[in-house]
Amino acid sequence: MDDLKHTALFDLHVELGARMVPFAGYAMPVQYPLGVMKEHQHTRDAAGLFDVSHMGQVILSGPSWDVVARAFETLVPMDVLGLEDGRQRYGFFTNDAGGIEDDLMFARRGEDLFVVVNAACKEADIARMKAALEPEVTVTPLTDRALIALQGPASAAVIAALDSRADDMGFMDLRDLELDGVPVWASRSGYTGEDGFEVSVPEARAEGLTRTLLAQDGVEAIGLGARDSLRLEAGLCLYGHDIDTGTTPVEGALTWAIQKVRRAGGDRAGGFPGAAIVLDQITEGAARKRVGLLPEGRAPMREGTEVFDAAEGGTRVGQVTSGGFGPTVGTPVAMGYVEAGSAGIGTSLWGEVRGKRLPLTVAKLPFVAANFKR
Amino acid sequence: MKFTEEHEWLREEDGEMVVGITIHAAEQLGDVVFVELPEEGTIVSKDDEVVVIESVKAASDILAPVDGEITEVNSALAENPSLVNEDPQGDAWFFKMKISDPSQLDEFMDEAGYQKFIG
Repeated sequence: MDDLKHTALFDLHVELGARMVPFAGYAMPVQYPLGVMKEHQHTRDAAGLFDVSHMGQVILSGPSWDVVARAFETLVPMDVLGLEDGRQRYGFFTNDAGGIEDDLMFARRGEDLFVVVNAACKEADIARMKAALEPEVTVTPLTDRALIALQGPASAAVIAALDSRADDMGFMDLRDLELDGVPVWASRSGYTGEDGFEVSVPEARAEGLTRTLLAQDGVEAIGLGARDSLRLEAGLCLYGHDIDTGTTPVEGALTWAIQKVRRAGGDRAGGFPGAAIVLDQITEGAARKRVGLLPEGRAPMREGTEVFDAAEGGTRVGQVTSGGFGPTVGTPVAMGYVEAGSAGIGTSLWGEVRGKRLPLTVAKLPFVAANFKR
Repeated sequence: MKFTEEHEWLREEDGEMVVGITIHAAEQLGDVVFVELPEEGTIVSKDDEVVVIESVKAASDILAPVDGEITEVNSALAENPSLVNEDPQGDAWFFKMKISDPSQLDEFMDEAGYQKFIG
């Protein structure tokens, strides 16, 4: 653990009794004394606080929003130009084969673009953006800011009690707030399927603000273990598992994230890496698709579990990319890729666990209905 | 009660050995969500994988601590896997076995030795 990087909240995690594990080069809390199941359910019932400071925060700036947005559109298949000030979107970098290099959140902040990328990919993402966009657009990694997520139905009351301007923020709004005297950038979004906020805060003020938040009614510190089961129940992809350089957005069931203006026939159609392949798949479909997989028994089906179309013999039609126990659902849940012919909701398939074929059903995602602020 | 380096405990009861995992092991595993038990009557050798236990984090195997025959399994665990976290050294025993070679028990630790082992 000695050569792992620490976030600004490392000492606080240790003080709170967290079990620290290596994750993307950082020492991160996988769970606190509450344990994964209770942390998960607490987030669904009240509010969970997550340190996600290992993620990359980057500002893109240039002569104007128009220049910045158009430049970023050369790397992602999203409508960036049409983003209103203070609004956020989900997106991903594509490669020449139409695969996904990383997924991300981006928001317009005045004339700048604020991008949040995955920890494991951030160095490559920054290099990619610098190579493609500089010098016209300046790429500035925000290495002196922490990122704290507050997620769950009690989050809004907690944040609004500290700054009432949070009250009328809608889902995927980004706003400057002042929480307990600390200037922050807060977005109403997250990775749990619940209402909540992600708060970008100057590193020097992060621990103080976190202590303030943890002191509010209904707020508990939550580790990466519960973060993973929460996002899995919410049907959200984990980069490097459910999507990666070899999966396209269409295969990954992320076509919804590609706005019409970037699709065939749109005003700014294509113009991102792998566009020909991705746009063709939007029209023609892909040979495989990411779907929800609901094991019928109690045995979890983990990442790597092979999926077949028969209880014996038959054909291998896919593989689980994320799987485990869903504490809110109360049964195992999984997602993975299956051939298009087996991807229909309700299709009966079998997952091979320790040499045994166990039944599962192709299921609608998310497993737990989203509870976003509208 | 005797303890193994695999974090199992063995307790003698009516001429058989009752086997479970230690409090320390249960804490390390985290919340247990699935337990797969062997068939009663299975003949096992030391270090055979006899039980699959899955926590929210990962799957682990429990090995037969000695040679013998599985005489009874705790089917309550299949119904209620969280019992493993609630009472690992009591109600959450996994199986009972008739052992073939009592001398295999000699290498195991007593409670004090186990506490030292886990530091």
